[in-house]
Amino acid sequence: MQIHTKKKILVAASLLSMMTLAQSAQAQDSLSPDMGKLTATGGVSQVEGAGGGGLTPWALITGYGSKDGYGANAHYTQVSTQDYRLKTFGVAVGIADEWEFSLAKQEFTGSLAPLNLLNLKQDIFGVKYRLAGDAVYDQAGWMPQLAVGVQYKRDSSIGGLGALGVTNVKQLGAKDDKGTDVYFSATKIYLAQSVLVNGTLRFTKANQMGLLGFGGDLENKYQPQLEGSIAYLINRKLVVGAEYRMKPRNLGVDKEKDYSDIFVAYFPTKNFSVTAAYAQLGDITVFNPKTQRGWYLSVQAGF
Amino acid sequence: MQKHFRIFLNSFLLSVAVLTNLSAQAQDMKKDDSLYQDLGQREGIAKIVADFVPMLLEDSRIKQFFTKVKKEEFSEHLTNQFCELAGGPCRYTGKDMYEAHDGMKIGNAQFNAVAEDLQIAMEKNHVPSSVANRLVAKLAPMQRPIVSK
Repeated sequence: MQIHTKKKILVAASLLSMMTLAQSAQAQDSLSPDMGKLTATGGVSQVEGAGGGGLTPWALITGYGSKDGYGANAHYTQVSTQDYRLKTFGVAVGIADEWEFSLAKQEFTGSLAPLNLLNLKQDIFGVKYRLAGDAVYDQAGWMPQLAVGVQYKRDSSIGGLGALGVTNVKQLGAKDDKGTDVYFSATKIYLAQSVLVNGTLRFTKANQMGLLGFGGDLENKYQPQLEGSIAYLINRKLVVGAEYRMKPRNLGVDKEKDYSDIFVAYFPTKNFSVTAAYAQLGDITVFNPKTQRGWYLSVQAGF
Repeated sequence: MQKHFRIFLNSFLLSVAVLTNLSAQAQDMKKDDSLYQDLGQREGIAKIVADFVPMLLEDSRIKQFFTKVKKEEFSEHLTNQFCELAGGPCRYTGKDMYEAHDGMKIGNAQFNAVAEDLQIAMEKNHVPSSVANRLVAKLAPMQRPIVSK
């Protein structure tokens, strides 16, 4: 019942923001889906739904809308490690190369006893705003593109821990089943060197991105976490790179570790991209001390 | 984990340092003609332009801006401009970028469409992506004088 109400609130909030968006788009009267950006410069969809790399948000605004347009896309991502699987799907819109709004749903499942029935779900609503700079045009100076973003997250269900009597992440030590991350991203494309560099500073209480709740028995305050990406543009349709994402450690039952990956992203057209990565997610809970590694696959379609 | 992070952080910081240094160097060394050489000198640039200009004139996103262009003269100007920007022994003698695009109400999407056509023209001429990106990097700052919408 409570979950249902929250779902309604989230849907209402997102509808409201979409309406505000439509209005602001109308206010600037000539905004159209202009596909005006260069291939790949909209990035891909990161694992929480924001425009970025695979693990971390970038300062780039998602989609192919230029400053005079808008773009939108949908994505599906799956990370399969030895004992777990994470699925994310969502939609995002980029307006005037300035605002980005995203909605994503994550589902995390286990396949190894005693967590073989584990099923965690969370919804993520994200907003990003470009503060300054342009990663593509500012080639003569040092100035990167800067953006600030928030990700509002809430756990919508926790299943498979009934045997332990756990039906809410709070019973695992989390202080809350909802939370908000705030991040600052700086992205610079060194075009003459065919290199993209991104640094993101995230303030968060989230355990395993929020799937295991927010705050915990060990720590319950916002902590700054660094996330970095470096990518090489092989050609205008193919990018390879590596990412690293630091994580807090708030829960006694979860020796949370940093995430990292190496990836290749292919953009055959501006309407479609596919990203493959080899990701390392650390060991997820004390019930399974094995470092989780596996394939990350993501597809994005949009304009 | 720690090791992973250190390796990542080191390579990350190193690349930022190297890149910052490289772009500073690129600005200092005005005499550097390596891009000009890598593009195949004036002859190579002229070939790229010979493929590029017809693409501009036929591209439905932007062709309305080129209706009054004299193809020969325009190609000559572009070749000289790219040649000079690449560090070659040429001189662009056309109008400056503000003057040339004054009142045309060019948007970012249209500026990018031109960049995209140039990239494709370079691909056709087997210019390696790393070389092509160096030329596009020289042209990117022209967004400011050219885009006015």
